[in-house]
Amino acid sequence: MKCGIVVFPGSNCDRDSFHILKEILGLETEWIWHKENSLKKFDLVVLPGGFSYGDYLRPGAISKFSPIMKSIIKYAENGGKLLGICNGFQILVECGLLPGVLMRNISHAFICDTVPVRLENDQTPFTSSSSKGTVLKLPIAHADGRYFADEDTIKELNDNDQIVLRYCDSSGTVSDENNPNGSVTNIAGIVNKAKTVCGMMPHPERQADPLWPNIDGQVIFKSLIQST
Amino acid sequence: MPLPPSPPVNIENIESLGLTLGEFERIQDLLGRNPNWTELAIFSVMWSEHCSYKSSKILLKTLPTEGPRVVQGPGENAGVVDIGDGMVAVFKIESHNHPSFIEPFQGAATGVGGILRDIFTMGARPIALLNSLRFGDPDEPHTRYLLKGVVSGISSYGNCVGVPNVGGEINFDFCYDNNNLVNVFCLGVAQKDRIFLGKASGIGNSVLYVGSKTGRDGIKGASMASASFESSTEEMRPTVQVGDPFTEKLLIEACLEAMQHDWVVGIQDMGAAGLTSSSFEMADRSGTGIELDLSKVPMRETGMTPFEILLSESQERMLFVIENGREDEAKKIFDKWDLDAVVIGKVTDTGIMRMTMEGEEVVNLPIDTVVESAPQLVRPTKKPSYLDAVDNLNVKLIPELERGDGILKLLLKSVNIADKSWAYKQYDHMVGINTLVLPGSDAAVIRVKESQKALAISVDGNSRYCHLNPFRGAQIAVAECFRNIACSGGVPIGLTNCLNFGNPEKPEIMWQFEQAVAGIGNVCNYFNVPIVSGNVSLYNETKGKSIYPTPIVAAVGLLEDQTKHCTQWFKNPGDRIGLLGLTLEEIGGTEYLESYLDLCQGSVPALDIQYERKIQELCIDLIQEDIALSAHDCADGGLAVALAEACFTGPGESLGATINLYASIRNDALLFGESQSRIVISYSPDKKDIIEEKAKNAGLDFSDLGTVGGTDLTVNLNDKEFIKEKISTLEEVWREPLQRYGG
Repeated sequence: MKCGIVVFPGSNCDRDSFHILKEILGLETEWIWHKENSLKKFDLVVLPGGFSYGDYLRPGAISKFSPIMKSIIKYAENGGKLLGICNGFQILVECGLLPGVLMRNISHAFICDTVPVRLENDQTPFTSSSSKGTVLKLPIAHADGRYFADEDTIKELNDNDQIVLRYCDSSGTVSDENNPNGSVTNIAGIVNKAKTVCGMMPHPERQADPLWPNIDGQVIFKSLIQST
Repeated sequence: MPLPPSPPVNIENIESLGLTLGEFERIQDLLGRNPNWTELAIFSVMWSEHCSYKSSKILLKTLPTEGPRVVQGPGENAGVVDIGDGMVAVFKIESHNHPSFIEPFQGAATGVGGILRDIFTMGARPIALLNSLRFGDPDEPHTRYLLKGVVSGISSYGNCVGVPNVGGEINFDFCYDNNNLVNVFCLGVAQKDRIFLGKASGIGNSVLYVGSKTGRDGIKGASMASASFESSTEEMRPTVQVGDPFTEKLLIEACLEAMQHDWVVGIQDMGAAGLTSSSFEMADRSGTGIELDLSKVPMRETGMTPFEILLSESQERMLFVIENGREDEAKKIFDKWDLDAVVIGKVTDTGIMRMTMEGEEVVNLPIDTVVESAPQLVRPTKKPSYLDAVDNLNVKLIPELERGDGILKLLLKSVNIADKSWAYKQYDHMVGINTLVLPGSDAAVIRVKESQKALAISVDGNSRYCHLNPFRGAQIAVAECFRNIACSGGVPIGLTNCLNFGNPEKPEIMWQFEQAVAGIGNVCNYFNVPIVSGNVSLYNETKGKSIYPTPIVAAVGLLEDQTKHCTQWFKNPGDRIGLLGLTLEEIGGTEYLESYLDLCQGSVPALDIQYERKIQELCIDLIQEDIALSAHDCADGGLAVALAEACFTGPGESLGATINLYASIRNDALLFGESQSRIVISYSPDKKDIIEEKAKNAGLDFSDLGTVGGTDLTVNLNDKEFIKEKISTLEEVWREPLQRYGG
């Protein structure tokens, strides 16, 4: 399995994803510089977290014009597996590979915390190593993570089983009280219709090194390994 | 285009630059001529308190700065300490007090930017930030404005550059009403053989300007930070710089990439006093000269004068000296990161700084005269008269307590003890995936990725103790900082300090300063911990009213085995709870006296540094031997607060505790007194004997106090119930205050 991690100017979780994929999971992993015009053959491409282009204008709004994005979009349209974490998720909605928008948190503040999320669909390459209903404890760290889409889009996401993660309490109950950022129906992560492009606000790479007692984040990466 | 005429060099203009007439005469004598306007401006910033340390230098020289681990002591951009395996820890703490009071968001943000540059300038990748903040009365709307502005400024900058903010402290006191303090610390790691210094050596080498363009922001920032506030600070806003963390992130990556190459000779951040201090200091360290063409400096605005270019404190700018002939290789790297990189001059052998603009010579100054000849002052000192009054506390007039529950809750909701997660949840404290111990324990623990080691970091200060007794207060600040490191399993290997005081022209303030420096030096000497970097912030005074003396210290501790770190909270029901150390009958200077009786009085707690060191060594030993499962420093609020915090600060379910104490001292001193050298630990019941034995062999006190479990904190004193309260209630009380003030 060959992984590529895109480095935009201002990416800052790129090294973290690299560490997990390469050092912890032992996968062949390469950097992809945002100014490149073509993409090599990869089994997984990661758009990492951070503040690409300083989040200026809107998170992800400028990154979608980076030269590499044309190739990335083509790669995704051809069924290549693409994971956007945090700022990567914001870029995916900005460039239209995923529906909806990520707005300023309802508290208007940046939130860094470890929160429970419920796995809503285990039939995707990003989640197949676990089972539906499992509660994972994953870190979030964002100011603009409030997922929003109109009712029709939400219905479509539900009908197509495109919602993969929802914020919940430690027993798996989804409610307003356990919604850290005000996302509509507590959505924390979604996939495209083909289930090959996934965006999530939580950071699985931050909870995947066995030096920490919690390695819930490995679920995402192990699923990807299994499905490749 | 000819340069616009400069203002005349006359008395009025000299004073407007913050120079005294005496200093001007000294400049005339040293140069043998009158300086021109631009040259005078250079002297005004280089001889400012902020850049020259003229009031403090003589006292700072008394501090211990050497040791077998020291790779670089004070005088460079940051201190460097060897951590083994060919790696070094690079760290420093710095203040951004004045700008943060004038404009809290940008002031605090650029404080973070500045300290980050001090670290990566040395060739180190920044891996953690801490901050120590002081504000005035939180019930004042203006204080809350400052609090929110400072926290969001730190958050916005640190989060964007992707360096985790892993902890710190926030305290409130009336004495900071008109002078808040923002001290920021950064830790980086580097390979020992890839450390870079601020040098301008090699005749003919190129001086390369890298980063943001120069604008008119922050002009005279160094002078502003070297004076007291007299009235409204609104009009001083233009002296505060504006930060761009995105450019900083690009600078970090580009500079670290450039520093992989041997053609980098020297590098320095353009911080306080901008291009002036960086160019002069680099040449001074190498005994060389520099020729600069100011017309080549990338500028954001047109029509900037040499004065403005030299005194601008525009952020995110670096000055490199690179080998002659390698300019294109350097530019290629900065181009990749879309950063300006322009050769603006070269290194000469003249010892002279010669600057031209539009072909016209605007500066011609001997470098050592500017850098080394700043006046060093032996300012008069005088013990302040208030000390006699505050030292007088008649404990007999304070009745003992009937029960302790009410006081415990009062202390937990004191904003100085209460939960600080409102602030640190706004900071990305996990990016980098190195944070082994997150904010909320005694010290943060950071994994060093390239090794099996970890570093524990803590920042501490106690201005109330320092107000009552600056020598012992400073001693305790250092001792507590080391104790926090020990409670996390680390051995302190280096210290950095930020000395925040009032107007040094007042003998009483200088006396406080002298005492505090002596206190810090005393404990560091005894622990053999070198002070490798630091910063002094004077003139924290408004309309003649000074802050309490506030020396802030930050220590770095080494854990050889990154898996052997410890946290402050109880782990398992059924574990035993014990106290290392001895509780004395002392309540002077405590949070208890302040919160309950509104008194800031009495003798601050005693400190026996020999005993302190042994307690810390025992604690580290118990952690390394996997005997202690939790360790928490007994500090503000005393034993009762430490016990409560150990019950509910963990990431899992809260745990209760039942404690049985037998003592003949006053009950308030026992539960809420702040005796030093005490650590609350928990351990499996079968380990009690071995702890007792180890304590006895070391000549230390240890008492087994009770058991972890249940849903209440119960403290029985001499077989009588003294405290009994639900943990959930205590936690609620503790969580609320800062949420309210910040929300």
